[in-house]
Amino acid sequence: MPVQATHMGPITRLLTQDKNGRRLLLVIAVLAIVVPFCNLLFPAESVLHISTYTMTLLGKYLCYALLAIAVDLIWGYCGILSLGHGAFFALGGYAMGMYLMRQVGDRGVYGNPELPDFMVFLNWQELPWYWLGFDSFAFSMLMVLLVPGTLAFVFGALAFRSRVSGVYLSIITQAMTYALMLAFFRNDMGFGGNNGLTDFKDILGFDLQSDGTRAGLFIASALALMLGYVISRVITASKLGRVLVAIRDSESRARFLGYRVEHYKLFVFVVSAMLAGVAGALYVPQVGIINPSEFAPIFSIEIIIWVAVGGRGSLYGAVIGAVLVNYAKTWFTGAFAELWLFLLGGLFVLTTLYLPRGVIGLWPPLQQRWHRYRQQRDLVHQEDCL
Amino acid sequence: MSIAPKHIEQPSVLYMDGVSVSFDGFKALNSLSMCIEPGEMRAIIGPNGAGKTTMMDVITGKTQPDCGTVLFNDQHDLTRYDEAAVANLGIGRKFQKPSVIESLTVFENLEMSLRGGRSVWQALRHRLTAEQQDKLDHILALIDMTARLDTFAGNLSHGQKQWLEIGMLLGQQPQLLLIDEPAAGMTDEETMKTAELFKTLAQHHSLMVVEHDMDFIAALECRVTVLHEGSVLAEGSLASVKANDKVIDVYLGR
Ligand SMILES: Nc1ncnc2c1ncn2[C@@H]1O[C@H](COP(=O)(O)OP(=O)(O)OP(=O)(O)O)[C@@H](O)[C@H]1O
Ligand SMILES: [Mg+2]
Repeated sequence: MPVQATHMGPITRLLTQDKNGRRLLLVIAVLAIVVPFCNLLFPAESVLHISTYTMTLLGKYLCYALLAIAVDLIWGYCGILSLGHGAFFALGGYAMGMYLMRQVGDRGVYGNPELPDFMVFLNWQELPWYWLGFDSFAFSMLMVLLVPGTLAFVFGALAFRSRVSGVYLSIITQAMTYALMLAFFRNDMGFGGNNGLTDFKDILGFDLQSDGTRAGLFIASALALMLGYVISRVITASKLGRVLVAIRDSESRARFLGYRVEHYKLFVFVVSAMLAGVAGALYVPQVGIINPSEFAPIFSIEIIIWVAVGGRGSLYGAVIGAVLVNYAKTWFTGAFAELWLFLLGGLFVLTTLYLPRGVIGLWPPLQQRWHRYRQQRDLVHQEDCL
Repeated sequence: MSIAPKHIEQPSVLYMDGVSVSFDGFKALNSLSMCIEPGEMRAIIGPNGAGKTTMMDVITGKTQPDCGTVLFNDQHDLTRYDEAAVANLGIGRKFQKPSVIESLTVFENLEMSLRGGRSVWQALRHRLTAEQQDKLDHILALIDMTARLDTFAGNLSHGQKQWLEIGMLLGQQPQLLLIDEPAAGMTDEETMKTAELFKTLAQHHSLMVVEHDMDFIAALECRVTVLHEGSVLAEGSLASVKANDKVIDVYLGR
């Protein structure tokens, strides 16, 4: 029953009711402590040592997991199949990349204190206006939220107001990310063209190549994922979350109950875009580059597959899906890179056909079987004793 | 918004005059006029395709009429409102096809229907008050689902879904209820219980009930309007309508 425990704070109350969420947060928290610990404190030859490569890889997965939560919020709960979330991720990444470029200062190849290398190369004389402010970390972090958020707001306001939904919405979100990709490929846009932004030196004065900084970024990613989970959970567990489900299941019912569907869609779309932006911003310093390929339509589709594989409509399912698929990808692209897209497609078809609730849908039946097995075993055991 | 003058002496909850709707040249409503008085229950009958559902679409802001007047409480021009706004004015609607939120429980469905708190922010901060809890208990008892409050709506039978949807209408506390084919998929017993429920509701609400089941209509004991090809063919007591030659020709059969 929903009414009880009024004396607890909203977040405590929420987490006491969310067993899987608690487990997930616990796992992430443990990782956030153990991984940097093992990386920094054990020497490379120790069995307990975790290499910086592995830590960075795991950090990348954490960013992808946050991105998956963002997509699950909009698709799993509200039924909006956005095939353009890679764009919000990339924009967050570019905002971070611009900050990191400004941090390079005069240590670039051309030694220009004001202009990033690619601008010097293009013979630009001064910094374009939209690069102003990115020397400030606080301003850049604000942009990490505001740029994806504003794009989502404008795009969503137009689309949801005119009641664009279903396949049409999916198509225009693909078109959005594709258009952005083409734009960012252009050198005269001032974002480094197809090379993107790279050769970063440090963040907040800390050397990006050092293990300590890497560990810090890993911890930041873990915290961001935990916070993203809690925010999403607060939303989905509230009445707002139930309205979102109502919109997914029966949009007209929600309207005729008096809910302004377009406002609700716009709200989650913007929140989701911001979460994606944060994921992108944490991703970039760990991989050391941001380029227009992150806008590629296929990337946005991949995110959908992570969520579908993990379990659409379950926040921790999205996290599991993102980690599983990306682990498989890391492993697979090492072995047979050309086959990866076929495998991904096959995975999607298989989950859609046989695992509509994703990997986490496997869990309850397994649990039941285990219980039945144990009961039977106990029964046999009792009989033996008699 | 928009206080429109009206040249009718009697007050009405719903006033429609000369309403026409066409789909690709086909007139689904053809200069339809009808008036429902405060506290009245009205049954609407008519052959398939007569325009009954389309009429409800027009009233609830889903479909824009080509022309005509639609007034709520003699003051709100409903053609200027969208679905959510119409709902918030106090008009609840039950669809022809049962429409409940299948992946939410009975309780959650009803909770969501409760009047007020429609903005995103209010929804985020929503906590059930004791008063609302009482209201929910009352509705649950009325639709006979107290024992099912944790059942997912998707697992209910067709008839139960209909009842849940009616319960959700009540949660909205509307002044006017538009109910499209409530008895479809119900057993005879459920049908009669539904008729009883509506008679109870009619004490505090205005109702417009579309139905094909004549026993059900008879049990409602109210005025009947017959729609045919988008306009009113006859109106009056069930007995008088049944005796009408035109009605017998197009709907009841000889
Ligand atoms: N969106 C639409 N586009 C085209 N034609 C429509 C549309 N909606 C309704 N119609 C047509 O308008 C006519 C009236 O339909 P309506 O659903 O109002 O009938 P009804 O009286 O509710 O019938 P029933 O008893 O079968 O529910 C039908 O011929 C239907 O095909
Ligand atoms: Mg109909």
